[in-house]
Amino acid sequence: MDEIRALSAQLAQDPQSLVFLRLGEALRRKGQLDAALRVATNGLERHPHLADAHDLYARILTDKHDYEKAFDEWDMAVRIAPHHTGALKGLAFLYFKVGDIEQAEAHLAAAKRVEPDDPTIEQAFEMIRGGHRPPSPAPAPTAEPEATVAASTAAVSGGALDETRVFAGLEGANEGLLLIDAAGRVLGGALKDGGGKDVTDAVAAYLAGVSQEAARTAKLLGLGAWNGLSAEGQHGNVHLAHPTPDAMLLVVRERGMPLGRLAILAQRATLMARRWLDQQ
Amino acid sequence: MSKALDLITRVRGVRGAMLVSAEDGLVVAEQLMEGIKGSAVAALAASLAGRLRRAMEAAGTGTSVFWHLQAEQGALLVVPSGEASGNLLVVAVAEPDVNIGLVRLELLRAAEAGA
Repeated sequence: MDEIRALSAQLAQDPQSLVFLRLGEALRRKGQLDAALRVATNGLERHPHLADAHDLYARILTDKHDYEKAFDEWDMAVRIAPHHTGALKGLAFLYFKVGDIEQAEAHLAAAKRVEPDDPTIEQAFEMIRGGHRPPSPAPAPTAEPEATVAASTAAVSGGALDETRVFAGLEGANEGLLLIDAAGRVLGGALKDGGGKDVTDAVAAYLAGVSQEAARTAKLLGLGAWNGLSAEGQHGNVHLAHPTPDAMLLVVRERGMPLGRLAILAQRATLMARRWLDQQ
Repeated sequence: MSKALDLITRVRGVRGAMLVSAEDGLVVAEQLMEGIKGSAVAALAASLAGRLRRAMEAAGTGTSVFWHLQAEQGALLVVPSGEASGNLLVVAVAEPDVNIGLVRLELLRAAEAGA
């Protein structure tokens, strides 16, 4: 508590300083996640291009089980600083969590190239190979060991690619993402409505018609090929894209997710779907 | 009615705006740049709106309040209006780099005002 008090005082004296990184991490380790989140977001507002700030925010989000946002933040950290080992390990953790062993190992390998002597990386490799969940990514070297993330999602085995792994790394892969072929047949993912009812087949059947109509509309209006359809509904938002000419991807999220963010998520899902289709 | 369409077409990048009957895809009012076929836009927008509505209802997201089709050389933006949010469609045809947020606002305003 003394440490938190001291760090809070330092930050109050100099709000522009980077002490928010240590304060946020200290609060996170104490389990004061809401306070940690406030510190991290305030810090991010002042230092939006600081990879460490995105890394801190991602770790807090992971502790809060908000894996989708955590993925975005670690992804952003790596874009800003491609050799950020904390973020690379974080992404590896999330990939492993959804069963994408290949991506998990690739990110760990990237982290190892930067820090070959980091024992936690080899440890994570061993755990992955042994089929165990690796510890959630370690914080910055100055911080103390962190608490483990609650195991809420079952890891998928690292076997051959199957339809459950099309959207590995994306939250809601089995309830808000759907990949279908031109005839409306499901290729991967699944959809549930607000009541938890599986609506995959019904939506897939309607989507084939939407895709054909969207293509016809864009062509006849001289707009060229269509590349996306976004819609706001009364209870949820959707984004439609086509990863290949013969496949269509639907992303459904709650109303609170803005269309712009949904489009970014759809872009990422499109890349994953394209990669998965190429491997078939 | 024409004032509402006028406000939409004032947004930079918007090539035309129109009111369309959602049920039969006929033009109710239009303000379009040269070269845009109003009747085609109306028919296609209504048809796509109908299919999208069914898909969204099946997905549990409710009926759409705004949608937009992005294409290589332009975009089609639509807000359903009217009692059942489906009697009329307020439609805009725009350049690909248009400010979507601004057009969306004007479309929603037009729909609220009963266009």
